[in-house]
Amino acid sequence: MSTKQPSPETLSYEKALAELETIVMVLEGEKRPLDEALALFERGQELARRCASLLDQAELKVQQIAGEDLIPFTPPA
Amino acid sequence: MSQLPLFAPPTWSVADLTRYLRQLLEDDETLQDVWVQGEISNFSRPASGHLYFTLKDSQASLRCVMWRNNAMRLDFAPRDGTAVEAHGALSIYEAGGQYQLYVDLLRPAGEGALFQEFLRLKARLEAEGLFNPDRKRPIPAWPQRIGIVTSPTGAALRDMLHTLQRRYPLAQVILAPTPVQGTEAPPGIVAALQALNRLDQPDVILVARGGGSIEDLWAFNDEGVARAIAASHAPVISGVGHETDFTIADFAADLRAPTPTAAAELATPNKADLRIDLDELVLRLGRSSLANIAEQRWTLNSLHNRLLMQSPRLRLDQDRQQLRSLQHRLASASAHRMASQRLGLGGVRQRLAALNPLAVLERGFAVVSDANGQTIHHTAQVSPGQGLNVRVQDGSFGVHVKESGSTLDPQDE
Repeated sequence: MSTKQPSPETLSYEKALAELETIVMVLEGEKRPLDEALALFERGQELARRCASLLDQAELKVQQIAGEDLIPFTPPA
Repeated sequence: MSQLPLFAPPTWSVADLTRYLRQLLEDDETLQDVWVQGEISNFSRPASGHLYFTLKDSQASLRCVMWRNNAMRLDFAPRDGTAVEAHGALSIYEAGGQYQLYVDLLRPAGEGALFQEFLRLKARLEAEGLFNPDRKRPIPAWPQRIGIVTSPTGAALRDMLHTLQRRYPLAQVILAPTPVQGTEAPPGIVAALQALNRLDQPDVILVARGGGSIEDLWAFNDEGVARAIAASHAPVISGVGHETDFTIADFAADLRAPTPTAAAELATPNKADLRIDLDELVLRLGRSSLANIAEQRWTLNSLHNRLLMQSPRLRLDQDRQQLRSLQHRLASASAHRMASQRLGLGGVRQRLAALNPLAVLERGFAVVSDANGQTIHHTAQVSPGQGLNVRVQDGSFGVHVKESGSTLDPQDE
């Protein structure tokens, strides 16, 4: 695979998941050279970790419009 | 005096006449499907559960009955003095000689007028094409930014944020706060929608409000609000009131949700489902890679075995074995040969020993030689006075020739 893949840490959940799906389908499909299969597997694992940590750690970020600005929103107690 | 006619008109019984009147009323379509507005008086609700009351206005009154099965569905409590609109059919209670309205629907007065207004606006916007299905935009499956138009203090916002956090905490939420009730609500909602589209371009916008009376929800039946929803760049999900409440905003929206919470659900994938999908992918990733590696390993093993079959060491071993076997054969062949030769050698040696000239010395013969070591064979070789050497079995000694020899007759030998 090419070397200019973006780091999984920079990917959105959607992008990381889409790439993971592609990798799984490639690995399940035709036979690949071993080094390529291993590289794909490692990349897949990194992507899966990225997705899981995004799901686990995500805190809904809420902002509110104030005039022409966005300011953090704090819910009324 | 007036004369009785020849054929007197038939005389009706009270029952027949009453039944005749009742039939007149019940055959009249208008009277069988009628809305009447008035104020309730003489309200009574006996143990049977049926409702009895009179509808009055300033000039007339109308007796009404509402049977228990209809009365049970009332969502408000009618009392004397309540202004209501009643729907039902007119008929006659024969035993009492009373015509009365048999009510099947009862609602507080005013709702009807609002409802008419609602229908008129809906029909107008519908004719204009504002609600056309082909105007509806798809809701993105993975919204990164979710705009919310609602009151910052309402339960609706709390419910939606809670739902979004639970289902899809990856999202970013931008709240455009606005009143959602009262005269300032419609322009506020319009401004909030416009601000969201102008400032943030969210992937989807939720326009929502919690449940309330039809008057409470009226801002969402505003024409300006409907047009602002239709004009929004981002697709809009409406979630106004409860399940049964339909507003103009719902028709203008790209997707109608029955409640604010449902709107948040329709806008997002579910984290639990995402987790399941992800786990499944990880499982398949591992399985496919393992299968791949197992297959590679099998190929490798088989190749390795074939390689080992071709190893020079194997040939070396074979050669070595052959060499060893040759060596063995060689050794055994030599030993055999040696033995046989040794055997032969014994005979030769005996024959050799028999030929040893020195052997005769043991039998008492001597060898005579001159000073030069020449063995004397003939008498002619010696002359008188000459020194000779005699060799016997155990050594030698010198002698002198006394006289010249004479030849022996070979016959005497």
